Amino acid sequence: MSTSTETRASSTTVDGVEITRRSNPRGVLLTVFTWILALGFFFPVLWMVLTAFKKESDAATNPPTFIFTPTLEQFKEVFDAGIGTPLMNSLFATIVSTILVLALGVPAAFALSLRPVRKTQDALFFFISTKMLPIVAAIIPLYVIVGRIGMLDNIWTLVILYTAMNLPIAVWMMRSFFLEVPSELLEAASIDGASLWTSVREVILPLISPGIAATALICVIFSWNEFFFAVNMTAVNAQTMPVFLTGFMSGQGLYWAQLSAASVLAALPVVICGWIAQNKLVRGLSFGAIK
Amino acid sequence: MATALAQPGADPQPRSDEPLKSHRDHISRAEGWRRRGPLLPALIFMIVVTQIPFVFTLFYSTQSWNLVRPGSRSFVGLDNYFAVFTDGQFWRVTLNTIVLIVGTVLASVILGLIFALLLDRKFLGRGIVRTLLITPFLVTPVAAALLWKTSLLSPTNGLVNWALSPFGVHTDWLSQYPLMSVIAELVWQWTPFMMLLILAGLQSMPHDISEAARVDGATSFRLFRELTLPHLRRFIELGAVLGAIYLVNTFDAVYMMTSGGPGVSSANLPFYIYQRAFLGFDIGQAAAMGVVTVIGTIVVASLALRLIFKSFTGNEEAA
Repeated sequence: MSTSTETRASSTTVDGVEITRRSNPRGVLLTVFTWILALGFFFPVLWMVLTAFKKESDAATNPPTFIFTPTLEQFKEVFDAGIGTPLMNSLFATIVSTILVLALGVPAAFALSLRPVRKTQDALFFFISTKMLPIVAAIIPLYVIVGRIGMLDNIWTLVILYTAMNLPIAVWMMRSFFLEVPSELLEAASIDGASLWTSVREVILPLISPGIAATALICVIFSWNEFFFAVNMTAVNAQTMPVFLTGFMSGQGLYWAQLSAASVLAALPVVICGWIAQNKLVRGLSFGAIK
Repeated sequence: MATALAQPGADPQPRSDEPLKSHRDHISRAEGWRRRGPLLPALIFMIVVTQIPFVFTLFYSTQSWNLVRPGSRSFVGLDNYFAVFTDGQFWRVTLNTIVLIVGTVLASVILGLIFALLLDRKFLGRGIVRTLLITPFLVTPVAAALLWKTSLLSPTNGLVNWALSPFGVHTDWLSQYPLMSVIAELVWQWTPFMMLLILAGLQSMPHDISEAARVDGATSFRLFRELTLPHLRRFIELGAVLGAIYLVNTFDAVYMMTSGGPGVSSANLPFYIYQRAFLGFDIGQAAAMGVVTVIGTIVVASLALRLIFKSFTGNEEAA
């Protein structure tokens, strides 16, 4: 009766089920079809990685070259092209803004979940409304203000902007994690005479730390990939990885292999973070609406 | 905030009636601030960083202000808005923006649904397939746009033309179908998100009902149409709304792939406003366009939000 329920319920005991499925010709076809689709969908990324290991002469051929001797030449070129500064800038803006988001967001999510204040809905709606509005409408005054206070091409400007960009998502996401903390646990702690701070530290934080980690990863992904603020607010000193990538466009895409190597280096950290956090990704992006 | 300030004024009356109650009220007010306290830093930070610029945008939109002509700045009232509304390119760009958002959302939801349905069964390497499928969403958007521009859609040695050459297709995609090319790239980036969301929906489905329906002899298609799809509706709605919210701000793909061209045939509002402000230095008009964009977005977003909030609160209580 319940083969399919079992398949869903646990992934460890499915071996037997898998064998019965595999003997089903329609299932085999569907699996092959899925694999072909997935590989096709992934192929551009694979192509980017392959191109990064090619010589320029192999990268720009028509028809495309599939067999080649891999070389690290392009990665060396990219490092010589001065990837150091943008790499450090991206790391700095990403890490510091993520820490700021958590420092501001964890208490806010706490206030909006376990001990709701008046106008909780309004505050929540305000946070999310800032994500609904097109950033372009703010970029002009931001540029003028930042210019007046002499903060153009300063990495701290990006830190502040990225914090504002990610804070609403983080508050919504962490609030949904806070709401999952069973209230009995908190009541038990307070009956045992635990102060608020103790119960936060000993009961709540350990329970929601996976959620906080997932939130942090989402902030990392967004900050690292951000381009609009970076391209408008930075020049040389505070240039980030996405802006650095645009520098390879100058030769009308002549240095394809080099561009691919730089793209791989820019994408790798986030791709790895995303692979780790894939289950939590949806929840972060859906502002915590999906449990 | 306003209510917090109004509260003390309302208090004295019960205090004179009953001392005990006033004591409790006092505590609850202090307690109220204690509860509100942790929220304040985040709230104030967001207000300062996001709301002040909007106020300035409103102000700038009433100014004739071109950075190329210093000292030319003056108050012009609503002139910038008239200029925006009579600018044919602005309407073209607005239409592009709508086509880009709707096209990308529709295509990525449909593809995401197909992928999600394919992944909602146990098969060899399901975890690997899922990881492969989400990767396009993670690749830095600038890198993804450059990848499409140079490796896939290039007229001389792009993979797409190479793959289609047996069919006699040879097209310069980016100059002949610029908006379609940008949409294709965005669909590739956004399909994984829709897939993950719909997959979460599929996995939250109660399976006893579909089992029972299957026992009763329902076909797979009927099962899908009458049970699965209605259950997925709110996930699809949420995906569409969130996709649209993110896509309103699309800039990287347009900037890298086509720079809005040829002409403005693939420019969307963020790119066009950016062009006006940072390449044309026309701050006043760019600000007016920003305000128009925001108002348009507020109207659409509040309708859309009502939709998902209704859908979510309604269904959660039912479940």
